[in-house]
Amino acid sequence: MSDFVQAFLNAEIALASSHLLWIGLVQTMLLALMTVPLGMVAGLLMAVLSTRKTRWVRWPLVAFIDFFRAIPPLVLLIFLYAALPFGGIDLGAWGSVALAFLLNTGAYYAEILRAGIESVPKGQPEAARALGLRPWQVWIFVVLPQAVRNVLPDLISNTLEVVKLTSIASVVAVPELLYQARQAQSITYNATPIMVAAVIYFLLLWPCVRLLSRLENRQIAGRR
Amino acid sequence: MTGWEAFAFNFLNPRIAAEYAPAIIAGLGVTILLAVLIIASGLVLGLALAVLRAFAIRPLNWAIIFVVDVFRALPPLVIIVLIYFGLPAAGLSMSGFWATWLALTLVLMAFSEEIFWAGISAVPQGQWEAGRAMGLHFLPTLRLIVLPQAVRIAIPPLVNRTIAITKGTALGSVVAVSEILGAAQSGMAFSGNPTPLTLGALAYIVLFIPVVMAGRWIETRFAWRR
Repeated sequence: MSDFVQAFLNAEIALASSHLLWIGLVQTMLLALMTVPLGMVAGLLMAVLSTRKTRWVRWPLVAFIDFFRAIPPLVLLIFLYAALPFGGIDLGAWGSVALAFLLNTGAYYAEILRAGIESVPKGQPEAARALGLRPWQVWIFVVLPQAVRNVLPDLISNTLEVVKLTSIASVVAVPELLYQARQAQSITYNATPIMVAAVIYFLLLWPCVRLLSRLENRQIAGRR
Repeated sequence: MTGWEAFAFNFLNPRIAAEYAPAIIAGLGVTILLAVLIIASGLVLGLALAVLRAFAIRPLNWAIIFVVDVFRALPPLVIIVLIYFGLPAAGLSMSGFWATWLALTLVLMAFSEEIFWAGISAVPQGQWEAGRAMGLHFLPTLRLIVLPQAVRIAIPPLVNRTIAITKGTALGSVVAVSEILGAAQSGMAFSGNPTPLTLGALAYIVLFIPVVMAGRWIETRFAWRR
């Protein structure tokens, strides 16, 4: 037991690596602040576009979305980071992460928001138009608020997944929480920093998981 | 070289593609094996936990909820790294393959428990009571009456979650599993040309596009009319 404590919950090592982990935590938060809005905006644009009746817009869009839902995000990230420079395009670590998340999480958000938009009865935008609202006003004041409310659990769940997914940025040497923890681990030959990082992730995301669990239960139970 | 030739030389180089295709195909085999093992063990464990939760034993349920929350909150890559680099310190070492398997199994277990449980709680109380009234005991009621309905409710969200977690097998490349991405990356390192990575991306597309499309179909097929 004391071996376990020595290797995983070593207070001395936790203290010694706290500075590295703090930097990592800040970077993780910055990554989340960058990737979540980026994915949401891209997803929203694609979702609004995919409601167009013309199949010349809709089909390529569905193909695009399915393509990026089929590729694991880590594969996409490594392709952008390690392969694109051969073609003369060097995005750097942060640029690669930004583009990978834009394409991947954008596709997921698009799917969710599209379902939300489709769940708003047709009469709503029609009534709004009849009342004299302009098309953009119809979207912003009538359709989107209802669409978002209808798929709120899925939106929160996807956002949680995006924040968790920022950990793959460690693979392209962005000094976020996991990367810093592994650095500290390789310096100290002790697993405590990784354990501490895991605890930080858990404390950060647990409230979100609890909230979701309640919302999802209600949603699935309501489906019957 | 024109721009297109340079592009083709780098990303679709036939000589290098031919050289590394066997490695990528072997990687595809590893990915499929890993995925099948994860899906089998993750779903069985998730269903088992959900059934245990139906017994409504307070302390046990709290323990289940806590474990499920932990594996829903932690990023899969963090769990993989913790198992692969951390467990040896506790005298338990695991190959990258099994570390990835264990981590993703635990994640799928957590998510599927949550979904199965939501399905079980969505079955009306009257179904339980009717089962009891027919003279069935708790377990037969659960197995013959409640679970078939619960699983049907659970299928659409379960399919999507399973696909998402299965794609996580690519994370195995971080702990030296030579699945598709791992094989493609070492191919790229050896040849100094990103063609193997293009092949790897193609392999994922070939593998997952049908799955994603099937998921879309299942979602509409099993969707409950609201």
